[in-house]
Amino acid sequence: MSSYGQIKSLAGTVIRAILSQPVTNFEVARVGEERLLGEVIRIEKGEADIQVYEDIDGVHVGEPVEFTGELLGIDLGPGLLGNVFDGIGRPLAFAEPGETPPVFLKRGFYAKSLEPRSKWVFKPNRSVSEEVFPGDIIGTVREGLGFDHAVMIPPGMPSSRIRSIIPDGSMVSVEKAVCELESGDVIFLSQRWQVRTPRPVREKLPFTEPFITGQRILDTMFPVALGGAAVVPGGFGTGKTVTQQSLAKWCNAEIVVYIGCGERGNEMTEVLEEFPRIIDPHTGRPLMERMVLIANTSNMPVAAREASIYLGMTIAEYFRDMGLNVALMADSTSRWAEALREISGRLGEMPGEDGYPAYLGSRLAQYYERAGRALLNGKLRRTGSITIFNTVSPGGGDFSEPVTQSSLRLSGAFWALDKRLAESRHFPSINWKKSYSLYENGLRPVFLQNLGPQWQKGVAFLRELLDRESELLSLVQIVGRDALSEQDKWDLEMGEIVRISFLQQNAFDPQDAFCPLEKQMLFAKTLMDLHILVSKEIENGVLHYQVQRLGLLRGMLSIRKVPEKEFLTESSKWVEKVGRSLIDMEAFS
Amino acid sequence: MKLYREGSRLVQGISGPLIFVANARNAALGEVVTIETKKGTRTGQVLQVDGDVCAIQVFEGTLGLNPGDSTVWFERDVVKVRLGQALIGQVLDGRGLPRNGTPIPCFEQELPISGSPLNPAMRSSPNAFIETGISSIDLLNTLVRGQKLPIFSGAGLPANEIAAQIVRQARVPGNPDTFLVVFAAIGITEREARFFLDSFEETGARFHGIFIVNLASDSAIERLLTPRTALTIAEFFAFEKNFDVLVVMTDMLHYSEALREVSSAREEAPGRRGFPGYLYSDLASLYERAGCISGRKGSITQIPIVSMPGDDMTHPVVDLSGYITEGQIVLDRRMQARGIYPPINVLSSLSRLMNKGIGEGKTFAGHRPVADQLFASYARSREVSRLRLIIGDEGLTETESHYLKFGTVFEKIFLNQGFASLTIEESLIAAEKCLSVLPDEELYRVPDDILEEVGRLRSHDG
Ligand SMILES: Nc1ncnc2c1ncn2[C@@H]1O[C@H](COP(=O)(O)OP(=O)(O)O)[C@@H](O)[C@H]1O
Ligand SMILES: [Mg+2]
Repeated sequence: MSSYGQIKSLAGTVIRAILSQPVTNFEVARVGEERLLGEVIRIEKGEADIQVYEDIDGVHVGEPVEFTGELLGIDLGPGLLGNVFDGIGRPLAFAEPGETPPVFLKRGFYAKSLEPRSKWVFKPNRSVSEEVFPGDIIGTVREGLGFDHAVMIPPGMPSSRIRSIIPDGSMVSVEKAVCELESGDVIFLSQRWQVRTPRPVREKLPFTEPFITGQRILDTMFPVALGGAAVVPGGFGTGKTVTQQSLAKWCNAEIVVYIGCGERGNEMTEVLEEFPRIIDPHTGRPLMERMVLIANTSNMPVAAREASIYLGMTIAEYFRDMGLNVALMADSTSRWAEALREISGRLGEMPGEDGYPAYLGSRLAQYYERAGRALLNGKLRRTGSITIFNTVSPGGGDFSEPVTQSSLRLSGAFWALDKRLAESRHFPSINWKKSYSLYENGLRPVFLQNLGPQWQKGVAFLRELLDRESELLSLVQIVGRDALSEQDKWDLEMGEIVRISFLQQNAFDPQDAFCPLEKQMLFAKTLMDLHILVSKEIENGVLHYQVQRLGLLRGMLSIRKVPEKEFLTESSKWVEKVGRSLIDMEAFS
Repeated sequence: MKLYREGSRLVQGISGPLIFVANARNAALGEVVTIETKKGTRTGQVLQVDGDVCAIQVFEGTLGLNPGDSTVWFERDVVKVRLGQALIGQVLDGRGLPRNGTPIPCFEQELPISGSPLNPAMRSSPNAFIETGISSIDLLNTLVRGQKLPIFSGAGLPANEIAAQIVRQARVPGNPDTFLVVFAAIGITEREARFFLDSFEETGARFHGIFIVNLASDSAIERLLTPRTALTIAEFFAFEKNFDVLVVMTDMLHYSEALREVSSAREEAPGRRGFPGYLYSDLASLYERAGCISGRKGSITQIPIVSMPGDDMTHPVVDLSGYITEGQIVLDRRMQARGIYPPINVLSSLSRLMNKGIGEGKTFAGHRPVADQLFASYARSREVSRLRLIIGDEGLTETESHYLKFGTVFEKIFLNQGFASLTIEESLIAAEKCLSVLPDEELYRVPDDILEEVGRLRSHDG
């Protein structure tokens, strides 16, 4: 039921309307002659404040406002994957037949999130008179080369028996009914959901399954669990976006929802250009087929930026409900928080720390709360997960500011990016001394079960060595390198080898961008073997400068290129060769 | 054609650059107003409307404005600029009108200067190498056509010289078309503006460019329009007329200060250093107007100059610029003191689009690893020279002494290039010379063929 009002005042992205009938908070409004989309965010004495999702330059006082009676929602269904939307779910690549999408985004454009003209082949997996519950999958449609998109009984619908279901092979659009229940409810290929409301699950599960990133430093030293949350804070240029994009490319999630929240347009373009061409190492299909991209870039309206993370979360929940593992990434939480701050400022609310509204922490918590691994609704026992990776862009790179700190409290892994490392082009510039993961202990049993004790040994070796290196480096600051024992000198060199060959991982090097878990383990083992071997020879009298001549770092960098399958053989051969050269030296010294 | 205008005489107050007008009927956000006084007319723009009261920013400033004697006319239009081929060679003010007062003969379009966001689904990634002739940019922080790459500078550092040098030398190898220069002077001094215009005159860019000039002595509020006018013009030439446009905007600090002035007059909650909380979005609405569009020939490359007050890179204007732009060229006072020109601090500089513009067929195979090696080795040499201050020469190992020497040679030969313009091949040779100071085992990233070349240079010297 619509009701109407009239614009009374205008400031930035917020307008105030005089109401003629009561409205509800968060109701969607259509503002002005152009019917620009907005959302009620405060109601006060017969007036409502509305945040408008578009630029409102040129909108006049006195223009009408229509209140739609609905809350901000999105149609969920086939056609989301591989697509790109703005912060309120409008498809950015949409064009009428024979036309190209608009180059410049004109306000007030309207297109359905899911293309109603597309037809999908339906494959039922339930039949007439079977009882179905909310969350149950009644059939699938095939998307792309191999994704079976589940058609589910929407949450909240009473359980009932199937009265009719369309036959196998039917071609249907998202607007066509595929199934009718005895209760009278009708199931479509798509379902609508309000973005600010969490989709229900039966029960949250503990963090016991690893989320594999293919990034050595992350998987070994700071792993994250399925359903967990990792925060990636860092000053500008430290590698937040590249790290996130690497995860989007190589992680083992089945679905990736990527939210460009107030960042660069070109970074979205890059995803749109690259991902269709990259093959997912886990499925063999183009990466774009598992992606949903939400692009509300820095120059797009600020209120839609605020909404974008809820849109992304809702889409993630929808795929989780199919029983899938979803990775949700937002770049950047800070830009979202700034949108919140700007809107709050326009409302004249009392500012808290750094000008952010006092409810920053609780809003952020609501978002993080929607992630997790869960037992899903529906008759069959199924699990699904949403794992969050959010970047934070602290002003001046100072991690003590409120957005970083609130994010820290809500997440279990903290990957601190470091300006110094980035400046010397040590990438990913994750500071191994400041970062942490609280998931490690919970994941240990699975790693042990899947990879054996060698995994943990390797990790422990890396940690100890890096620790030793940093100790020695402080010592060097006082006495100089020359004053160290031969073993200490070698430990320092080994630290460098570990840092450069193992911790560094070039996201743009096709041979190194993704490192499978097995290879990570063998890699760590090779480093460990090398360290033991050289240390032994040093004990036998080989001098460090002789070791230096061997060009071990260069050797290790070329071993790194060896694919997983041949890695063990090649690396052992190489270590043996190093051993022989050392024995020759021993003979000389 | 407007037959009748609505106006108001009720100017209730003046605060800084703003006037508050009551009895304004149906005012629109962003609407242009004309303020008529006995002494002449001024122009302004509606920033905020509450009922029938508007806050209006006055482009000419409010000095000497008398509330009793002002009538505010609402023009029912937003700020627009006239566009046409005839703009080439013109010097305009911040609102796009010729500074010398002679009207431009004909124009093809009139567009709002605020622009519309570029659809991210319709951009195409910038990927053509621009050779600037400056080694520390070309080899280490490569500029790409369609990139936004600011210069972060401190007082007295030669940002202007470097920007002018880039304008003079920039070319896309293999592409005969030259860049169309759009130059936006934002609150800079007459002397600085002169420097640029003279330099453009010398190279002919003066007649192949458009100059939008708002001087320090001009209205501060007009500074908010200046880059928008410039970018609207740039978009017209890039995306309607297929030009590769190079936009130089200086100084974004002055722009941000004007924004702060208006914000504080509006009594908005101040953020860091008094700048408004929306500074990020506001700057992004400018910087994001760079790039390439899928299916169109032209492009906009931006080189904004951002001053760092007190050389502080964490200053909000600098910091937020860094968060938005695609890298930064950072000038360094200590390098300037050591007599290095251009004093570009290559470690804190960055080109985020570099990887797209380099490599075989664009610059040379092995560009990335050579650059990475130079970064790593130079970073190491800086560390060693800090260490040396504590423990002295005697405490250094032989390898560390090599690094120390590398640092010196790298700064002297490679970075301190002077005003000469080098091709990418010449820059590579300079880099190889520097690398030959280090023993082979330290050059762990350098590909074999280049390592061989380095070895040859080493034995030559040795
Ligand atoms: N893993 C990586 N491998 C190689 N280069 C990287 C990596 N991470 C970051 N970089 C470099 O750092 C630059 C800045 O990274 P980016 O993710 O855009 O920074 P941020 O998002 O933190 O501002 C990139 O353009 C790239 O050159
Ligand atoms: Mg980023």
